[in-house]
Amino acid sequence: MPSLGADMETGTLVEWQIAPGDHVHKGQVVAVVETAKGAIDVEVFADGVVEEIYVEANTKVPVGTPLARIGAGADVRPVEAEGTTAERARAAEAKESPQPEREPEPEPQPRPTAKPEPQRAPARAPGTSPPASPAARLRAREAGIDLATVEGSGPDGVIVLQDVEALVTEREPPARAPARAPAPRPGFDATEMRRAIAAAMSRSKREIPHYYLATTIDLKAAEAWLDNYNHDRPPAERVLLSALFMKATAIALASHRSLNGHYVDDEFVHADAVNLGMAIHLRGGGLVAPAILDADTLALPELMTRLQDLVQRARSGGLRGSEISGASATLTALGERGVDTVWGVIHPPQVAMIGFGRPTPRPMAIGDALAVRPAVNVSLAADHRVCDGHLGALFLGEIDRRLQQPEDL
Amino acid sequence: MNRQQLRTTLLEELANIAPDIDTDDVDDNARLRDEYDLDSMDAMNLLTAIHERLGINISERDYARMHTLGDLLDYIGEHSQR
Repeated sequence: MPSLGADMETGTLVEWQIAPGDHVHKGQVVAVVETAKGAIDVEVFADGVVEEIYVEANTKVPVGTPLARIGAGADVRPVEAEGTTAERARAAEAKESPQPEREPEPEPQPRPTAKPEPQRAPARAPGTSPPASPAARLRAREAGIDLATVEGSGPDGVIVLQDVEALVTEREPPARAPARAPAPRPGFDATEMRRAIAAAMSRSKREIPHYYLATTIDLKAAEAWLDNYNHDRPPAERVLLSALFMKATAIALASHRSLNGHYVDDEFVHADAVNLGMAIHLRGGGLVAPAILDADTLALPELMTRLQDLVQRARSGGLRGSEISGASATLTALGERGVDTVWGVIHPPQVAMIGFGRPTPRPMAIGDALAVRPAVNVSLAADHRVCDGHLGALFLGEIDRRLQQPEDL
Repeated sequence: MNRQQLRTTLLEELANIAPDIDTDDVDDNARLRDEYDLDSMDAMNLLTAIHERLGINISERDYARMHTLGDLLDYIGEHSQR
């Protein structure tokens, strides 16, 4: 059971997408795990053949429990009807102790492919369920629908939520069909999420000596560039100011490595890539901060597409393990909600949280004169065990400089 | 499409973007951003949906002047007659 965040102690394996004998490739989605953050797609960390499955679907196990064994394919054991799997899991754990091999480590991912793939469809092997989105799978499970009876309308015949919903509606008596009650996200437990946030933030304030810096950035150049860029484009191709903030921040993180990484076992470890976490408010309560992998290398339109995809999946289910646990620093843009400045709380084991307030017209001294300019307050909360305010100030300075040259972002 | 049909269409799209909104109880004069917690990403998704379903491309500059469902209905009504 992978650790999908510092605050996670147990997870429920909801579904296997593989069976013994299947060939799997690093990065392939092999299982769905339900956590306080909702249903997460879990990717495998190595190439190989699934030899044995230790934990059955719908089982809650502690983080670190071996879920399956992957090897060369020499010792493939089919899933047994009777459940002696738990015993074997324990035996395997004992054998591999003291450090049981975790299933997918939250490790830096291979370079993402050109387009985001909200749901990658694994090759279907006999005995496994048909390819389906996590939201569709959860909904089917809740409604007691066998996915094998559903026809997928997504890419490559993948079953999407709509397909399941259509069947549910068909089966339900008409009186219940126009249910308008607010629909909570599948697999989402607001109390659990609040508890998880409480644990992570308490740990942050207990362990991390934060220091805080802030500066005001003139947005005239950025807004003018954006206005011009969006002018002739249809809404689907437009870019938001947030994407410029993200790109400028990601580039600055790449050159200020003491802010980009993780503090683990009394030691700071640089991250190899800039996987920029985005704090996303969930309608109905709570917060997740999944990462956009390699954010510093993405062109703005691509970054925008990823951001939209990430927000959509954060709110409807279907985030991947590497996104949930892979952030090397996090950005929050609470300015959307009208506040001028955000003082962030670092998400451990990360060491920096960057906050963007509300972009708004302000009086600014430009040369000898007073001018009204669009401006934004940018803040940094950073870990004093790893770096000092001097570096933090240089970092904010670089974000400022980058935003003055939006055409280069 | 009359105003009532337009309103139903917009509410459908609003419900897709923000499933927690009770579409039976939306005030046409309430500010979408403040009252219904729509952020810039939600707004962009709404404009995209309007463009795809109604063929009306609302520019950012125009959208910046619209704050309520009623504003949107006025704008779309005006532009779809042309």
